[in-house]
Amino acid sequence: MGLELYLDLLSQPCRSIYIFARSNNIPFEFKHVELFKGPSNSEGAGKVSLLKKVPALKDGDFTLAECTAILLYLSRKYNTPDHWYPSDIQKRARVDEYLSWHHTNIRANAPKTMWIKVLIPLFTGQPLASEKLQEVMEGLSTSLKQFEERFLQDKAFIIGSEISLADLVAIVELMQPVGVGCDIFEDRPRLREWRRRVEDAVGKELFFQAHEMILNIKELSNIQIDPQLKEQLAPVLMKMLK
Amino acid sequence: MGLELYLDLLSQPCRALYIFARSNKIPFEFKRVQLAKGQHKTEEFRKVNVLMKVPALRDGSFTLAESIAILLYLVQKFKTPDHWYPSDLQKRARVDEYLSWQHVNIRAKGSKLFLSKVLLPLITGQPLPPEKLEFLTEELNVVLKQFEEKFLQDKPFIAGSEVSLADLVALVELMQPVCAGYNLFEERPKLAEWRRRVEEAVGKKLFQEAHEEIMNVKNLTADHFAPELIENFKQQLLKQN
Repeated sequence: MGLELYLDLLSQPCRSIYIFARSNNIPFEFKHVELFKGPSNSEGAGKVSLLKKVPALKDGDFTLAECTAILLYLSRKYNTPDHWYPSDIQKRARVDEYLSWHHTNIRANAPKTMWIKVLIPLFTGQPLASEKLQEVMEGLSTSLKQFEERFLQDKAFIIGSEISLADLVAIVELMQPVGVGCDIFEDRPRLREWRRRVEDAVGKELFFQAHEMILNIKELSNIQIDPQLKEQLAPVLMKMLK
Repeated sequence: MGLELYLDLLSQPCRALYIFARSNKIPFEFKRVQLAKGQHKTEEFRKVNVLMKVPALRDGSFTLAESIAILLYLVQKFKTPDHWYPSDLQKRARVDEYLSWQHVNIRAKGSKLFLSKVLLPLITGQPLPPEKLEFLTEELNVVLKQFEEKFLQDKPFIAGSEVSLADLVALVELMQPVCAGYNLFEERPKLAEWRRRVEEAVGKKLFQEAHEEIMNVKNLTADHFAPELIENFKQQLLKQN
Protein backbone atom coordinates (compact mmCIF):
# COMPACT_ATOMS: atom_id res chain seq x y z
CA MET A 1 0.00 0.00 0.00
CA GLY A 2 1.62 3.19 -1.15
CA LEU A 3 1.05 6.86 -0.53
CA GLU A 4 -2.60 7.85 -0.10
CA LEU A 5 -3.85 11.42 -0.35
CA TYR A 6 -7.33 12.15 0.97
CA LEU A 7 -8.63 15.10 -1.01
CA ASP A 8 -11.71 17.02 -2.05
CA LEU A 9 -10.82 19.36 -4.90
CA LEU A 10 -13.40 21.87 -3.75
CA SER A 11 -10.92 22.60 -0.97
CA GLN A 12 -8.05 24.95 -1.71
CA PRO A 13 -5.35 23.18 0.31
CA CYS A 14 -6.35 19.93 -1.38
CA ARG A 15 -5.78 21.51 -4.77
CA SER A 16 -2.29 22.70 -3.93
CA ILE A 17 -1.34 19.20 -2.81
CA TYR A 18 -2.96 17.59 -5.84
CA ILE A 19 -1.22 19.94 -8.27
CA PHE A 20 2.12 19.58 -6.49
CA ALA A 21 2.01 15.79 -6.45
CA ARG A 22 0.85 15.47 -10.06
CA SER A 23 3.22 18.15 -11.33
CA ASN A 24 6.14 16.29 -9.77
CA ASN A 25 4.92 12.85 -10.87
CA ILE A 26 4.66 11.66 -7.29
CA PRO A 27 2.82 8.34 -7.30
CA PHE A 28 -0.19 8.37 -5.02
CA GLU A 29 -3.63 6.92 -4.61
CA PHE A 30 -6.27 9.62 -4.85
CA LYS A 31 -8.78 9.00 -2.08
CA HIS A 32 -11.74 11.14 -2.96
CA VAL A 33 -13.45 12.64 0.06
CA GLU A 34 -16.67 14.38 -0.74
CA LEU A 35 -17.02 16.94 2.00
CA PHE A 36 -20.66 17.57 1.31
CA LYS A 37 -21.79 14.01 1.16
CA GLY A 38 -21.76 13.72 4.92
CA PRO A 39 -20.15 11.49 7.56
CA SER A 40 -20.75 8.12 5.92
CA ASN A 41 -18.75 9.16 2.88
CA SER A 42 -15.88 10.84 4.66
CA GLU A 43 -15.41 8.01 7.09
CA GLY A 44 -12.18 7.06 5.38
CA ALA A 45 -10.73 10.48 5.96
CA GLY A 46 -12.18 10.53 9.45
CA LYS A 47 -10.17 7.46 10.35
CA VAL A 48 -7.02 8.82 8.79
CA SER A 49 -7.01 12.22 10.39
CA LEU A 50 -8.20 12.70 13.92
CA LEU A 51 -9.16 16.21 12.96
CA LYS A 52 -11.63 14.81 10.42
CA LYS A 53 -10.57 17.22 7.75
CA VAL A 54 -9.03 17.28 4.35
CA PRO A 55 -6.36 17.23 3.13
CA ALA A 56 -4.87 14.19 4.82
CA LEU A 57 -1.95 11.94 3.95
CA LYS A 58 -1.40 8.29 4.77
CA ASP A 59 1.97 6.75 4.07
CA GLY A 60 1.99 3.24 5.50
CA ASP A 61 1.34 3.72 9.21
CA PHE A 62 2.17 7.39 9.10
CA THR A 63 -0.71 9.85 8.88
CA LEU A 64 -0.44 13.59 8.47
CA ALA A 65 -2.77 16.58 8.30
CA GLU A 66 -2.23 20.25 7.41
CA CYS A 67 -1.46 21.33 3.88
CA THR A 68 1.92 22.97 4.60
CA ALA A 69 3.14 19.92 6.49
CA ILE A 70 2.02 17.60 3.70
CA LEU A 71 3.62 19.70 0.95
CA LEU A 72 6.90 19.87 2.86
CA TYR A 73 6.82 16.13 3.57
CA LEU A 74 6.28 15.35 -0.10
CA SER A 75 8.98 17.76 -1.26
CA ARG A 76 11.48 16.12 1.08
CA LYS A 77 10.49 12.50 0.58
CA TYR A 78 10.39 12.71 -3.20
CA ASN A 79 13.31 15.12 -3.59
CA THR A 80 11.38 17.54 -5.76
CA PRO A 81 13.31 20.25 -7.68
CA ASP A 82 14.98 22.77 -5.38
CA HIS A 83 12.93 25.80 -6.40
CA TRP A 84 9.79 24.42 -4.75
CA TYR A 85 11.39 24.81 -1.30
CA PRO A 86 14.85 26.28 -1.89
CA SER A 87 17.88 25.16 0.04
CA ASP A 88 19.14 28.76 -0.10
CA ILE A 89 18.46 30.04 3.42
CA GLN A 90 17.05 33.42 2.44
CA LYS A 91 14.85 32.13 -0.38
CA ARG A 92 13.56 29.40 1.90
CA ALA A 93 12.79 31.99 4.55
CA ARG A 94 10.66 33.89 2.01
CA VAL A 95 8.64 30.76 1.34
CA ASP A 96 8.21 30.09 5.08
CA GLU A 97 7.26 33.71 5.59
CA TYR A 98 4.50 33.54 3.00
CA LEU A 99 3.21 30.13 4.13
CA SER A 100 2.88 31.48 7.67
CA TRP A 101 1.30 34.81 6.77
CA HIS A 102 -1.14 33.09 4.42
CA HIS A 103 -3.20 31.45 7.22
CA THR A 104 -4.51 34.61 8.81
CA ASN A 105 -4.57 36.83 5.77
CA ILE A 106 -5.42 35.48 2.32
CA ARG A 107 -6.89 32.32 3.85
CA ALA A 108 -8.89 34.31 6.38
CA ASN A 109 -11.13 35.84 3.76
CA ALA A 110 -10.84 34.06 0.39
CA PRO A 111 -12.68 30.89 1.53
CA LYS A 112 -15.54 32.92 2.96
CA THR A 113 -16.54 34.08 -0.52
CA MET A 114 -17.61 30.54 -1.35
CA TRP A 115 -19.40 30.07 1.94
CA ILE A 116 -21.32 33.30 1.67
CA LYS A 117 -22.16 33.19 -2.03
CA VAL A 118 -22.84 29.50 -2.51
CA LEU A 119 -22.75 27.22 0.50
CA ILE A 120 -24.69 29.19 3.07
CA PRO A 121 -27.65 29.83 0.76
CA LEU A 122 -27.50 26.18 -0.29
CA PHE A 123 -27.38 24.79 3.23
CA THR A 124 -29.62 27.18 5.05
CA GLY A 125 -31.93 28.50 2.37
CA GLN A 126 -31.06 32.02 3.47
CA PRO A 127 -30.53 34.65 0.75
CA LEU A 128 -27.11 36.08 -0.06
CA ALA A 129 -25.70 38.15 2.79
CA SER A 130 -24.37 40.93 0.57
CA GLU A 131 -23.17 43.16 3.40
CA LYS A 132 -21.11 40.35 4.83
CA LEU A 133 -19.75 39.58 1.36
CA GLN A 134 -18.65 43.17 0.96
CA GLU A 135 -16.88 43.02 4.33
CA VAL A 136 -15.08 39.88 3.23
CA MET A 137 -14.10 41.37 -0.14
CA GLU A 138 -12.69 44.43 1.61
CA GLY A 139 -10.63 42.24 3.92
CA LEU A 140 -9.44 40.26 0.92
CA SER A 141 -8.55 43.49 -0.88
CA THR A 142 -6.35 44.55 2.01
CA SER A 143 -4.58 41.18 1.99
CA LEU A 144 -4.11 41.33 -1.77
CA LYS A 145 -2.55 44.76 -1.48
CA GLN A 146 -0.10 43.45 1.09
CA PHE A 147 0.52 40.39 -1.05
CA GLU A 148 1.49 42.55 -4.02
CA GLU A 149 3.54 45.03 -2.00
CA ARG A 150 5.32 42.71 0.36
CA PHE A 151 5.44 39.24 -1.16
CA LEU A 152 5.24 39.48 -4.93
CA GLN A 153 6.51 43.00 -5.61
CA ASP A 154 8.04 43.24 -9.10
CA LYS A 155 9.29 39.68 -9.17
CA ALA A 156 8.02 36.92 -11.41
CA PHE A 157 7.25 34.71 -8.41
CA ILE A 158 7.36 35.18 -4.64
CA ILE A 159 10.97 34.02 -4.26
CA GLY A 160 12.18 35.52 -7.51
CA SER A 161 12.50 33.93 -10.89
CA GLU A 162 11.11 30.50 -10.07
CA ILE A 163 7.85 29.13 -8.72
CA SER A 164 7.77 27.75 -5.17
CA LEU A 165 5.27 26.26 -2.71
CA ALA A 166 4.36 29.81 -1.73
CA ASP A 167 2.95 30.70 -5.15
CA LEU A 168 1.04 27.42 -5.36
CA VAL A 169 -0.56 27.83 -1.94
CA ALA A 170 -1.50 31.41 -2.76
CA ILE A 171 -3.00 30.78 -6.18
CA VAL A 172 -5.32 27.93 -5.20
CA GLU A 173 -6.74 30.09 -2.44
CA LEU A 174 -7.41 32.96 -4.83
CA MET A 175 -9.22 30.67 -7.26
CA GLN A 176 -11.95 30.23 -4.67
CA PRO A 177 -13.43 33.71 -5.09
CA VAL A 178 -12.92 33.39 -8.85
CA GLY A 179 -14.97 30.20 -8.87
CA VAL A 180 -17.91 31.87 -7.19
CA GLY A 181 -17.87 34.93 -9.40
CA CYS A 182 -15.69 37.37 -7.44
CA ASP A 183 -12.88 37.75 -9.95
CA ILE A 184 -10.13 39.35 -7.91
CA PHE A 185 -7.78 39.24 -10.88
CA GLU A 186 -9.96 41.52 -12.98
CA ASP A 187 -8.58 44.85 -11.75
CA ARG A 188 -5.15 43.60 -10.80
CA PRO A 189 -2.93 43.24 -13.88
CA ARG A 190 0.21 42.37 -11.94
CA LEU A 191 -1.59 39.52 -10.18
CA ARG A 192 -3.14 38.42 -13.43
CA GLU A 193 0.32 38.11 -15.00
CA TRP A 194 1.60 36.21 -11.98
CA ARG A 195 -1.34 33.83 -12.22
CA ARG A 196 -0.55 33.15 -15.86
CA ARG A 197 3.07 32.37 -14.95
CA VAL A 198 2.02 30.02 -12.15
CA GLU A 199 -0.38 28.17 -14.45
CA ASP A 200 2.37 27.78 -17.06
CA ALA A 201 4.87 26.60 -14.45
CA VAL A 202 2.64 23.78 -13.13
CA GLY A 203 1.07 22.98 -16.48
CA LYS A 204 -2.10 24.65 -17.72
CA GLU A 205 -3.94 21.40 -18.27
CA LEU A 206 -3.23 20.15 -14.77
CA PHE A 207 -4.17 23.51 -13.29
CA PHE A 208 -7.54 23.52 -14.99
CA GLN A 209 -8.22 19.91 -14.21
CA ALA A 210 -7.63 20.59 -10.52
CA HIS A 211 -9.94 23.61 -10.68
CA GLU A 212 -12.72 22.05 -12.70
CA MET A 213 -14.99 21.55 -9.70
CA ILE A 214 -14.59 24.99 -8.19
CA LEU A 215 -15.00 26.68 -11.56
CA ASN A 216 -18.26 24.79 -12.02
CA ILE A 217 -19.44 25.40 -8.49
CA LYS A 218 -22.96 26.08 -9.68
CA GLU A 219 -23.23 22.33 -10.28
CA LEU A 220 -23.00 21.98 -6.52
CA SER A 221 -26.56 23.17 -6.22
CA ASN A 222 -27.60 20.00 -7.98
CA ILE A 223 -25.64 17.74 -5.66
CA GLN A 224 -27.71 15.88 -3.17
CA ILE A 225 -26.40 17.17 0.09
CA ASP A 226 -26.65 14.79 2.99
CA PRO A 227 -29.62 16.06 5.06
CA GLN A 228 -27.90 15.13 8.32
CA LEU A 229 -24.90 17.19 7.31
CA LYS A 230 -27.17 20.07 6.32
CA GLU A 231 -28.73 20.01 9.78
CA GLN A 232 -25.35 19.86 11.50
CA LEU A 233 -23.78 22.60 9.46
CA ALA A 234 -26.60 25.13 9.27
CA PRO A 235 -26.06 26.68 12.74
CA VAL A 236 -22.28 26.72 12.22
CA LEU A 237 -22.72 28.49 8.92
CA MET A 238 -25.15 31.05 10.30
CA LYS A 239 -22.54 31.91 12.92
CA MET A 240 -20.15 32.72 10.12
CA LEU A 241 -22.47 35.48 8.96
CA LYS A 242 -22.27 37.36 12.22
CA MET B 1 25.94 45.04 12.28
CA GLY B 2 24.87 41.64 13.51
CA LEU B 3 21.54 39.91 13.85
CA GLU B 4 18.72 42.12 15.12
CA LEU B 5 15.45 40.81 16.54
CA TYR B 6 12.64 43.31 16.82
CA LEU B 7 10.47 42.17 19.72
CA ASP B 8 7.80 43.10 22.23
CA LEU B 9 7.67 40.41 24.91
CA LEU B 10 3.98 41.06 25.45
CA SER B 11 3.56 39.25 22.12
CA GLN B 12 3.55 35.45 22.14
CA PRO B 13 5.51 34.87 18.92
CA CYS B 14 8.13 37.36 20.15
CA ARG B 15 8.57 35.32 23.31
CA ALA B 16 9.04 32.10 21.34
CA LEU B 17 11.83 33.78 19.38
CA TYR B 18 13.44 35.35 22.41
CA ILE B 19 13.47 32.08 24.34
CA PHE B 20 14.71 30.10 21.34
CA ALA B 21 17.56 32.49 20.56
CA ARG B 22 18.66 32.87 24.18
CA SER B 23 18.32 29.17 24.92
CA ASN B 24 20.59 28.39 21.98
CA LYS B 25 23.00 31.23 22.77
CA ILE B 26 22.39 32.84 19.41
CA PRO B 27 24.00 36.29 19.48
CA PHE B 28 21.50 39.01 18.65
CA GLU B 29 20.66 42.61 19.39
CA PHE B 30 17.32 42.96 21.17
CA LYS B 31 15.44 45.80 19.51
CA ARG B 32 12.47 46.63 21.65
CA VAL B 33 9.32 47.65 19.80
CA GLN B 34 6.61 48.69 22.23
CA LEU B 35 3.28 47.91 20.63
CA ALA B 36 1.36 49.84 23.27
CA LYS B 37 3.31 52.97 22.36
CA GLY B 38 2.70 52.46 18.65
CA GLN B 39 6.38 51.91 17.92
CA HIS B 40 5.48 49.32 15.29
CA LYS B 41 3.95 52.08 13.21
CA THR B 42 7.03 54.25 12.91
CA GLU B 43 8.74 54.88 9.56
CA GLU B 44 11.91 53.41 11.01
CA PHE B 45 10.30 50.12 11.89
CA ARG B 46 8.46 50.05 8.59
CA LYS B 47 11.89 49.72 6.92
CA VAL B 48 12.38 46.48 8.83
CA ASN B 49 8.87 45.14 8.30
CA VAL B 50 6.51 46.87 5.91
CA LEU B 51 3.65 44.81 7.42
CA MET B 52 4.34 46.70 10.67
CA LYS B 53 4.22 43.70 12.94
CA VAL B 54 6.47 42.06 15.48
CA PRO B 55 8.44 39.93 15.56
CA ALA B 56 10.82 40.92 12.79
CA LEU B 57 14.40 40.04 11.99
CA ARG B 58 17.14 42.00 10.31
CA ASP B 59 20.34 40.22 9.35
CA GLY B 60 22.52 42.63 7.42
CA SER B 61 20.34 43.74 4.53
CA PHE B 62 18.01 40.76 4.87
CA THR B 63 14.72 41.38 6.68
CA LEU B 64 12.15 38.76 7.64
CA ALA B 65 8.72 38.71 9.26
CA GLU B 66 6.56 35.87 10.70
CA SER B 67 7.83 34.08 13.80
CA ILE B 68 7.71 30.61 12.22
CA ALA B 69 9.86 31.75 9.31
CA ILE B 70 12.28 33.47 11.69
CA LEU B 71 12.55 30.41 13.95
CA LEU B 72 13.29 28.17 10.95
CA TYR B 73 15.83 30.69 9.65
CA LEU B 74 17.65 30.68 13.00
CA VAL B 75 17.57 26.86 13.11
CA GLN B 76 19.17 26.67 9.71
CA LYS B 77 21.66 29.49 10.13
CA PHE B 78 22.90 28.62 13.59
CA LYS B 79 22.61 24.85 13.24
CA THR B 80 20.77 24.39 16.50
CA PRO B 81 20.46 20.88 18.03
CA ASP B 82 18.47 18.52 15.85
CA HIS B 83 15.53 18.04 18.21
CA TRP B 84 14.31 21.58 17.68
CA TYR B 85 13.43 20.79 14.06
CA PRO B 86 14.25 17.09 13.61
CA SER B 87 15.91 15.91 10.44
CA ASP B 88 13.84 12.72 10.71
CA LEU B 89 11.19 13.12 8.02
CA GLN B 90 8.21 12.04 10.09
CA LYS B 91 9.18 13.89 13.26
CA ARG B 92 9.77 17.04 11.25
CA ALA B 93 6.34 16.61 9.66
CA ARG B 94 4.78 16.48 13.14
CA VAL B 95 6.42 19.79 14.00
CA ASP B 96 5.28 21.33 10.69
CA GLU B 97 1.80 20.01 11.29
CA TYR B 98 1.50 21.72 14.65
CA LEU B 99 3.12 24.97 13.50
CA SER B 100 0.57 25.16 10.69
CA TRP B 101 -2.51 24.16 12.68
CA GLN B 102 -1.86 26.51 15.57
CA HIS B 103 -2.36 29.78 13.64
CA VAL B 104 -6.13 29.62 13.52
CA ASN B 105 -6.58 27.41 16.55
CA ILE B 106 -4.50 27.75 19.73
CA ARG B 107 -3.07 31.12 18.70
CA ALA B 108 -6.33 32.57 17.47
CA LYS B 109 -8.48 31.44 20.41
CA GLY B 110 -5.86 32.16 23.06
CA SER B 111 -5.23 35.66 21.70
CA LYS B 112 -8.90 36.46 21.41
CA LEU B 113 -9.55 35.49 25.00
CA PHE B 114 -6.60 37.57 26.19
CA LEU B 115 -7.48 40.64 24.13
CA SER B 116 -11.13 40.54 25.12
CA LYS B 117 -10.43 39.96 28.78
CA VAL B 118 -7.54 42.34 29.28
CA LEU B 119 -7.41 44.92 26.53
CA LEU B 120 -11.03 45.54 25.70
CA PRO B 121 -12.14 46.54 29.22
CA LEU B 122 -9.08 48.77 29.48
CA ILE B 123 -10.02 50.57 26.32
CA THR B 124 -13.78 50.75 26.60
CA GLY B 125 -13.94 51.13 30.37
CA GLN B 126 -16.52 48.34 30.43
CA PRO B 127 -15.90 44.87 31.87
CA LEU B 128 -16.28 41.94 29.52
CA PRO B 129 -19.83 40.51 29.70
CA PRO B 130 -19.78 37.10 31.42
CA GLU B 131 -21.54 35.35 28.53
CA LYS B 132 -18.88 36.64 26.16
CA LEU B 133 -16.13 35.41 28.46
CA GLU B 134 -17.80 32.03 28.69
CA PHE B 135 -18.12 31.79 24.92
CA LEU B 136 -14.46 32.68 24.30
CA THR B 137 -13.31 30.29 27.02
CA GLU B 138 -15.31 27.47 25.49
CA GLU B 139 -13.76 28.12 22.07
CA LEU B 140 -10.32 27.85 23.62
CA ASN B 141 -11.32 24.70 25.50
CA VAL B 142 -12.28 23.02 22.23
CA VAL B 143 -8.85 23.59 20.69
CA LEU B 144 -7.12 22.64 23.94
CA LYS B 145 -8.88 19.30 23.75
CA GLN B 146 -7.72 18.88 20.14
CA PHE B 147 -4.20 19.83 21.19
CA GLU B 148 -4.12 17.15 23.89
CA GLU B 149 -5.80 14.46 21.82
CA LYS B 150 -4.21 14.99 18.46
CA PHE B 151 -0.85 16.69 18.99
CA LEU B 152 0.42 15.82 22.42
CA GLN B 153 -1.36 12.50 23.08
CA ASP B 154 0.65 10.42 25.56
CA LYS B 155 4.04 11.65 24.44
CA PRO B 156 6.31 13.85 26.54
CA PHE B 157 6.51 16.39 23.69
CA ILE B 158 4.70 16.97 20.41
CA ALA B 159 7.36 15.36 18.20
CA GLY B 160 8.11 12.58 20.68
CA SER B 161 10.73 12.34 23.38
CA GLU B 162 12.38 15.73 22.93
CA VAL B 163 11.26 19.36 22.90
CA SER B 164 10.89 21.02 19.50
CA LEU B 165 9.79 24.36 18.03
CA ALA B 166 6.22 23.08 18.20
CA ASP B 167 6.21 22.83 22.00
CA LEU B 168 7.81 26.25 22.44
CA VAL B 169 5.37 27.94 20.07
CA ALA B 170 2.45 26.18 21.76
CA LEU B 171 3.44 27.05 25.31
CA VAL B 172 4.08 30.75 24.78
CA GLU B 173 0.63 31.03 23.20
CA LEU B 174 -1.02 29.28 26.14
CA MET B 175 0.64 31.66 28.57
CA GLN B 176 -1.39 34.51 27.09
CA PRO B 177 -4.81 33.35 28.35
CA VAL B 178 -3.11 32.17 31.56
CA CYS B 179 -1.83 35.69 32.17
CA ALA B 180 -5.30 37.00 31.47
CA GLY B 181 -6.50 34.97 34.42
CA TYR B 182 -7.65 31.72 32.81
CA ASN B 183 -5.76 29.01 34.65
CA LEU B 184 -6.15 26.42 31.94
CA PHE B 185 -3.42 24.18 33.38
CA GLU B 186 -5.26 23.73 36.66
CA GLU B 187 -7.60 20.98 35.58
CA ARG B 188 -5.40 19.55 32.88
CA PRO B 189 -2.66 17.53 34.62
CA LYS B 190 -1.26 16.16 31.36
CA LEU B 191 -0.83 19.69 29.98
CA ALA B 192 0.60 20.91 33.27
CA GLU B 193 3.22 18.16 33.16
CA TRP B 194 4.05 19.00 29.56
CA ARG B 195 4.43 22.66 30.50
CA ARG B 196 6.84 21.76 33.28
CA ARG B 197 8.92 19.68 30.86
CA VAL B 198 9.06 22.47 28.25
CA GLU B 199 10.08 25.06 30.85
CA GLU B 200 12.86 22.78 32.05
CA ALA B 201 14.01 22.07 28.51
CA VAL B 202 14.47 25.77 27.66
CA GLY B 203 15.55 26.77 31.15
CA LYS B 204 13.12 27.80 33.88
CA LYS B 205 14.87 31.09 34.60
CA LEU B 206 14.85 32.13 30.95
CA PHE B 207 11.20 31.15 30.61
CA GLN B 208 10.22 33.22 33.65
CA GLU B 209 12.27 36.18 32.45
CA ALA B 210 10.63 36.10 29.04
CA HIS B 211 7.20 36.07 30.68
CA GLU B 212 7.78 38.75 33.29
CA GLU B 213 6.02 41.53 31.38
CA ILE B 214 3.01 39.49 30.31
CA MET B 215 2.59 38.13 33.85
CA ASN B 216 2.23 41.71 35.07
CA VAL B 217 -0.17 42.68 32.32
CA LYS B 218 -3.00 43.24 34.77
CA ASN B 219 -1.08 46.29 35.99
CA LEU B 220 -1.51 47.93 32.63
CA THR B 221 -3.73 50.95 32.67
CA ALA B 222 -5.30 52.77 29.76
CA ASP B 223 -2.74 55.58 29.87
CA HIS B 224 -0.06 53.00 29.06
CA PHE B 225 -1.35 53.12 25.50
CA ALA B 226 -0.68 55.76 22.89
CA PRO B 227 -4.01 57.53 22.25
CA GLU B 228 -4.02 56.82 18.49
CA LEU B 229 -3.87 53.13 19.28
CA ILE B 230 -6.84 53.15 21.56
CA GLU B 231 -9.21 54.00 18.73
CA ASN B 232 -7.51 51.46 16.47
CA PHE B 233 -7.78 48.66 19.04
CA LYS B 234 -11.35 49.58 19.78
CA GLN B 235 -12.34 49.15 16.13
CA GLN B 236 -10.44 45.86 15.79
CA LEU B 237 -11.80 44.32 18.96
CA LEU B 238 -15.35 45.44 18.43
CA LYS B 239 -15.28 43.95 14.92
CA GLN B 240 -13.95 40.66 16.24
CA ASN B 241 -16.58 40.48 18.93
